[in-house]
Amino acid sequence: MNLLGFLTRRGSAPVARERLQILLAHERAAFGRSDLVTVLRKEILAVIAKHMAIDGEKVKVTMDRGGDVSTLEIDIELPTTPATPALATA
Amino acid sequence: MAKVLVVTSGKGGVGKTTTTAALGAALAQQGQSVCVVDFDVGLRNLDLVMGAERRVVYDLINVVQGDAKLPQALIRDKRLDGLSLLPASQTRDKDALTDAGVARVMDELRDKFDWVICDSPAGIERGATLAMRHADVAVVVCNPEVSSVRDSDRIIGLLDAKTARAEKGEAMEKHLILTRYEPGRAERGEMLRIDDVLEILSIPLLAVVPESEEVLKASNVGSPVTLNNPASAPARAYADAVRRLKGETVAMVIPTERRSLMSKLFQRRAA
Repeated sequence: MNLLGFLTRRGSAPVARERLQILLAHERAAFGRSDLVTVLRKEILAVIAKHMAIDGEKVKVTMDRGGDVSTLEIDIELPTTPATPALATA
Repeated sequence: MAKVLVVTSGKGGVGKTTTTAALGAALAQQGQSVCVVDFDVGLRNLDLVMGAERRVVYDLINVVQGDAKLPQALIRDKRLDGLSLLPASQTRDKDALTDAGVARVMDELRDKFDWVICDSPAGIERGATLAMRHADVAVVVCNPEVSSVRDSDRIIGLLDAKTARAEKGEAMEKHLILTRYEPGRAERGEMLRIDDVLEILSIPLLAVVPESEEVLKASNVGSPVTLNNPASAPARAYADAVRRLKGETVAMVIPTERRSLMSKLFQRRAA
């Protein structure tokens, strides 16, 4: 290891500490709702299914928790031939 | 009237059973009467770590269901007066533990001993919540490692929500025992430091148990580490923890192994 590398070495523990602090801040806030992503996925799917036939396997809901901002990413693959909306016929 | 203490962690393999056996033996060594209770139904191990595996006749479920009386199921330690074990069932399902039955057994234990130590199973399911249910004090066992710290945080949340004390609106006394700690690695930034873990979990520290070969040696022979080698670093950490639990003020130090000159010489030759 060169001298510069030795001087700037911090070890992995500070990373562990930071990751934990961010994660636990979110988990404590959402206490009792640790299944939030699952619930969102189910409800979003139900809303869309009212209007078009979609494949439940082709809906991806991911959560990226950051220190200041968190993002919720919803990725829905729509069928190539739009099916008849379930509600429109009703 | 006993104080009921639960040893819990969320994560498995962090040292709950080792800690239960060590605290139980250390309390008995300091003149208290103690019962250690294994709540890990189906995966009992406290009997093995305590060296009583061949003496189990009745277990917690037998007592809860009224098939055996409490004194019949209690196994008295042959080495330490005042130390008893109530084993878990190895064959039955944890659903055989009814809330009312466990409450009755805990009341009976409270009358008989100074301390009742409940060894919780890993996880956050019914077995773990039953083990903590009647506790007055909780000892959270944690390794300086991210998954263990996260699970400890979750368990602390459960202790504040799902225990009888919490439901009555009373405060739940919680303490942290940090196990498998390696001061050298923490110093080099390779391992979470004690103050990192304390800052994240914000519960008071009861003891730091350093990583030590003595723990495995003790479980190999079925003897709590405080009994097997009282001079060893983990044994001294647990003995101090017990003094603190009894209300004594003991300076917080991380014990290190005291090695003889001969063993140092041999170590050097082998290296």
